[in-house]
Amino acid sequence: MIALLAEASPSYAVPANIAFGVIAVLMTFSAIRVVTAKNVVHSAAFLVVVLAGVAVNFILLGAEFLAITQVLVYIGAIVVLFLFGIMLTRAPMEGQEEVRKDNWLLGAGSGLVFFALLAYALWDGFGKDKIPADLTPTDTGALSDAVFGGYLIPFEVVSLLLLAALVGAIVIARRD
Amino acid sequence: MFLNQFLILAAILFCTGIYGVVARRNGVMVLMSVELILNAVNINLVAFSAMTGNLAGQVFALFVIAVAAAEVGVGLAIVLAIFRNYRTVDIDEVDLMKG
Repeated sequence: MIALLAEASPSYAVPANIAFGVIAVLMTFSAIRVVTAKNVVHSAAFLVVVLAGVAVNFILLGAEFLAITQVLVYIGAIVVLFLFGIMLTRAPMEGQEEVRKDNWLLGAGSGLVFFALLAYALWDGFGKDKIPADLTPTDTGALSDAVFGGYLIPFEVVSLLLLAALVGAIVIARRD
Repeated sequence: MFLNQFLILAAILFCTGIYGVVARRNGVMVLMSVELILNAVNINLVAFSAMTGNLAGQVFALFVIAVAAAEVGVGLAIVLAIFRNYRTVDIDEVDLMKG
């Protein structure tokens, strides 16, 4: 990231990049805390920080409708669902789950190797590409035209998928 | 803004999610790690959408959010069913089909 900042061009958007740097550090820290926290409720709280950071990234990229959807669906609904899941399963509240050594090695190893691979591929493939400096926020009308125009059938399929998932979740979780 | 700064942040989130899926044993934690992975994908889709000016990336990010909602609903229902039958959410102990 520092190397990226060093080779900055004159059209460098300073406030957006400072915002991005702060949010990126916060998101990285929180994401690592999500997967390492002993207390599951703490993990859910850190997950909120990561999801909010993703919403900020969407705004930086000009996708305002998606940022609002992110806050509504993820922070508003999915995190609450997670908290309900934690409560209903009475998951260990503190320190009862320790990560096994072989699991830890496998997880950290595969994660690090995959990150190295991704970082090399991204650096090699997109090292010079830039987000256009004259990026304007996406018109929500244009987005809805796309969803209800060319992507109408996938949209309806997603609606059916949500309905099926809702019915399936009730069937699986029902006491009988 | 460089494209890579978003892509590398997404890669960090993705690999953190992989670690969580593989290493953690609590079923709810595994689902949270899957959410991290899906969010990394969303950042990538929107970043490429902003770079090329093509709206398809944002439309697919919307679809990913919808599918993630469905996944969490069914996933938590499965975790609840496991808890009811095994009195645990440790997915390492759910090995009925282990050969």
